[in-house]
Amino acid sequence: MSIVETPLPDLDHDETTDGSMTSGSLAGAPMMGIFAGAVVLGALSWLPFGGVNWARWVIVTLLAYIIGTLIISRIVESPRQATDRFATAIMTSAFLLVLLPLVSVVWTVVERGANRFDWAFYTETMRGVIGEGGGGYHAIVGTLIVTSLTAVFAIPFGLFTAIYLVEYAHGSRFSKTVTGLVDVMTGIPSIVAGLFAYALFVLIDGPGHRSGLAGAVALTLLMTPVVIRTSEEMLRLVPNELREASYALGVPRWKTIVKVVLPTAIAGILTGIVLATARVIGETAPLLVTIGITADLNKNPLSGRMATLPVFSYNSYKFPTLPPEASIDRAWTAALTLVLIVMILSATARILSFILKPKGLR
Amino acid sequence: MNRPATRPPNHEVSTQMTDSVSATDQAPQPVDANAPVDLPNRIDVRDLDIYYGDFKAVEGVSMTINPRSVTALIGPSGCGKSTFLRSLNRMHEVIKGAYVDGDVIINGRNLYGPGVDPVAVRRKVGMVFQRPNPFPTMSIADNVLAGKKLNSKRMSKTEASDLVEKSLQGANLWNEVKDRLDKPGSGLSGGQQQRLCIARAIAVEPDVLLMDEPCSALDPISTLAIEELMLELKDTYNIVIVTHNMQQAARVSDRTGFFNIAGTGEPGRLIEMDATEKMFSNPVQQETQDYVTGRFG
Repeated sequence: MSIVETPLPDLDHDETTDGSMTSGSLAGAPMMGIFAGAVVLGALSWLPFGGVNWARWVIVTLLAYIIGTLIISRIVESPRQATDRFATAIMTSAFLLVLLPLVSVVWTVVERGANRFDWAFYTETMRGVIGEGGGGYHAIVGTLIVTSLTAVFAIPFGLFTAIYLVEYAHGSRFSKTVTGLVDVMTGIPSIVAGLFAYALFVLIDGPGHRSGLAGAVALTLLMTPVVIRTSEEMLRLVPNELREASYALGVPRWKTIVKVVLPTAIAGILTGIVLATARVIGETAPLLVTIGITADLNKNPLSGRMATLPVFSYNSYKFPTLPPEASIDRAWTAALTLVLIVMILSATARILSFILKPKGLR
Repeated sequence: MNRPATRPPNHEVSTQMTDSVSATDQAPQPVDANAPVDLPNRIDVRDLDIYYGDFKAVEGVSMTINPRSVTALIGPSGCGKSTFLRSLNRMHEVIKGAYVDGDVIINGRNLYGPGVDPVAVRRKVGMVFQRPNPFPTMSIADNVLAGKKLNSKRMSKTEASDLVEKSLQGANLWNEVKDRLDKPGSGLSGGQQQRLCIARAIAVEPDVLLMDEPCSALDPISTLAIEELMLELKDTYNIVIVTHNMQQAARVSDRTGFFNIAGTGEPGRLIEMDATEKMFSNPVQQETQDYVTGRFG
């Protein structure tokens, strides 16, 4: 048995002609080389000025990398490859620049918050504490109470409005007005919400009113539009075919919404709600005017000042007692605690959305 | 409505009917197929106009849909056949501004009579859609039970599992899924999902089953499975099917109605309705002849 051997065409023979389909490649090590060169160039940029300048290093490195890639790729590879690498380099640089402040914030908060990241901070209040010691227990409890109240107000308002807009309104003029107002509400400066809530409670209770409830009302104004928006998006994602399938089985509309539409969208809605909560938990200005701050634990949201983490942090930093380092450390640890709470909320949102996502779509 | 109580008096007539239909298969007897059959669940449509707001989508449809048979509606896209089908269980009202003028009478009751609840109509007239749409949050068994459960019927466990088995058997799906009833319905293949949707529709024990292009999203093997299922189901249900596939209409239906529109923006009309063999071999209208021979549309 013999196999007739046909000679394979020599694929490389016309490499230099115009019809070539091959070109040099910068993939892998050469790209690393360009990046390393850019880093070195960036490092050289601060030599004439004597001393390390991180910002200049980063900026020069990124610029050198983008321009270097463009030129070298144009020479070695092809113009199309060069454009591709240029666009990739710009997008990567933008991503790194955005990441920079985030990492910086987290790093600073963790580093400075670590000083008072101890048991006492989470168990003691500031009652009778002047100088060192004390903690933010009262502020943590206050934040949890105010935020929970806010969620209790904002979730039903937001969810029901979203259900109305998606399932019942069908693009009527009224629903368009509502959507427009929600957009306006999303843009309200938080201090305006705070002043509105304060004015409202002054009308009811008289001047100088301070309470956790007033703060929760202010935060509700900020949270509700976010809940409406996210829930609306999620409900619109539910395929109309599922609603029709349900109607065709003789299921009334309200039951279709409760048993078919909401379960299908619940993962996204819950994620939206949790993220909206995380958004308002760090609000400072509206709480400053509606709740104020106190050194003692106040568990009653209906009357009296309450401590909350953002205001506690602000207050400790702005009006430190002697020695100031103790107050400033407490402020940073309060900030760290807030970041941790937000991270826990985000993680919860992810886990919930994974568990509740319709089976088979995982 | 209690089906067993109403069936026995008509039993003799119905056997004759089945006989005459199978006789039609050998020697065309269009006169028999067209005669209104006096059985429960016959649908009489009288002078039906269907509107979406100011737009008249369908005009002047009158037809009799005989029970224990498959009726196919064919016609070019946009001719209003799906709209007409949806008007038979008031599903077109899901779109805002839709209304009808005319009568649809099933078992002596006008679906559009005063005080008739569309929700109650849909429990009597089930529907299967173009794209399989099992509920993604529910298991296979829960999908089948959805109609009963969502209508807050309390069921014992044995009742529920009996209904699941009966409905899935009825949809020829039982053997394929009996070991994974608690798995999500969206994990099935497209053809299985469509049969699950049929099982879901027949689990609420409707009188009529409407199918809106039930096979157009399926491969030929799944299509065959659904077509065989239709031939079995027609002994129990009055089946109306909208299809773009004329071979399918010819294979499964006993009677065929042809819809057409004069032009864009004009309402769709029923051009002709007759026994399927006559429609595909020797229709009265030139328009029908042109359509079924593929000369347009």
